[in-house]
Amino acid sequence: MDIFQVGHALEWMAKTNEKVQDNKEYLTSLDQAIGDGDHGINMARGFEEVMKKINGVAYQHVADVMKDVAMTLMSKVGGAAGPLYGTAFLKLSMTFKGSEVDNASFSKGIEDALNGVKQRGKADVGEKTLVDVWTAVANAFRENKGFGGEVILQAAKSAMEDSKDIKATKGRAAYLGDRSIGHLDPGSVSSFYLFESLAEVINEGA
Amino acid sequence: MKKIINDPNQVVQDMIKGLVAAYPNSVKQLPGTTVITGFDVPVDNKVGLVSGGGSGHEPAHAGFVGKGLLDAAVAGEVFTSPTPDQVFEAIKAVDSGSGVFLIIKNYTGDVLNFEMAAELAEAEGIQVEKVVVNDDVAVEDSSFTTGRRGIAGTVFVHKIAGAMAEKGGSLNEVKAVAEKVVNNVRSMGMAISPCTVPAAGNPSFELADDEMEVGMGIHGEPGIERTKITSADEIATELTGKILEDIEINRNDEVAVMVNGLGSTPEMELFILNGKVHDILTEKGINVYKTFVGEYMTSLEMAGCSVTLLKLDEELKELLNAESNGPAFHS
Repeated sequence: MDIFQVGHALEWMAKTNEKVQDNKEYLTSLDQAIGDGDHGINMARGFEEVMKKINGVAYQHVADVMKDVAMTLMSKVGGAAGPLYGTAFLKLSMTFKGSEVDNASFSKGIEDALNGVKQRGKADVGEKTLVDVWTAVANAFRENKGFGGEVILQAAKSAMEDSKDIKATKGRAAYLGDRSIGHLDPGSVSSFYLFESLAEVINEGA
Repeated sequence: MKKIINDPNQVVQDMIKGLVAAYPNSVKQLPGTTVITGFDVPVDNKVGLVSGGGSGHEPAHAGFVGKGLLDAAVAGEVFTSPTPDQVFEAIKAVDSGSGVFLIIKNYTGDVLNFEMAAELAEAEGIQVEKVVVNDDVAVEDSSFTTGRRGIAGTVFVHKIAGAMAEKGGSLNEVKAVAEKVVNNVRSMGMAISPCTVPAAGNPSFELADDEMEVGMGIHGEPGIERTKITSADEIATELTGKILEDIEINRNDEVAVMVNGLGSTPEMELFILNGKVHDILTEKGINVYKTFVGEYMTSLEMAGCSVTLLKLDEELKELLNAESNGPAFHS
């Protein structure tokens, strides 16, 4: 894949939606263990609304898709996930605006999204939040020249799995302190679905 | 799951409809939103007060909309913060030009969504200030983490900041007194049975018949320790003791006490607890100025309670006594 096109963006969201719907109970059970047990429900509701919003729209540019995704997640998800994912997609939209989305531009988009999420959530890498997965993916994009589906998938996967051993210092799980260790971070898992979907789109479009 | 509901995904809308029908002369729903406001908002020359959060904590927060209390409450999905657009609608509805004050419980989601709403409002020229309530002493307080949770002590912030706004206090005066309450209020809770979020369908945790969880959050978040259930006196002693370890309350100081039920604890048990809380305070020479026993900040059908102490001074006493009238709070 050289250029990430509108069709790819729509496919990315469709795949993410599928994974989130399929794993709604799983995400909620992860959140019941160390949070407040609503992550699966909220993400499923949010992406269902995203699909309603973007289906059948004749988008001219990837940035416009990202903007609609951002605004829908922000107004339909709630919790911490709504503003955080909303901010991430808004940054992608802003970075992509006005030009073709090649690897360099996608890489910068992920970087900007990561910084936006960090700033909004006042979190940094290593605090058992979705920042960990986004950081790993941003690094993978930076080090890889060209879209590399497998590299993105592995980076996201290992960061998601690593979240299990981290003690949470941000987000709802932080209230548990040491008791958060040994549980996967629900936000890292939902971010993994997002990037697993992206990797599939890249691999299929290559 | 056994609940008196229609569709698990419609519980918030269905609840709001019934709430507005119950109090048609005091509250109304902003059309197309999950915002409940006072009937006469915006009130001229008065700072507007907005709070809110996930649903499932009734009567919080819509029960505290009324004269001398909140001007609007924003209801999110069950245990989920409302979204920025909803909070923004509430802010616009209550702004009379004197500014709007947000009362936020300290959860990442609530803080993020209310902050984004505040930014949207400021972009439209509305002055917004906020306070973040973090009264739960069960949780370690640290500037490196998310910090303590906001629980039942939030109701005292609604009452006192509401009274300050009602008597004509400026946005800064409302903020100052709200911060004073936050600095002087502490709570601690415990649970003996879990709750089920309607859309999840199963309980968020399990407790054996003879177990209790101390420090339980109001969303079923695990507490700090799980032990065999003890007597009401021992529970009161543990909760009150943890609070008094955390805040300096001296002999002859005055406090307001709140013994709050989490949803399915009978008043009988809350009064039994309250009796012991009073004994403990009396022994220490701490004067109880006012007591509130009942359901103020629940967690669906969770059984359990929280104890809240608010250390008072003359200003807080006067505001606590001021007239107020909301569906769930009169004084």
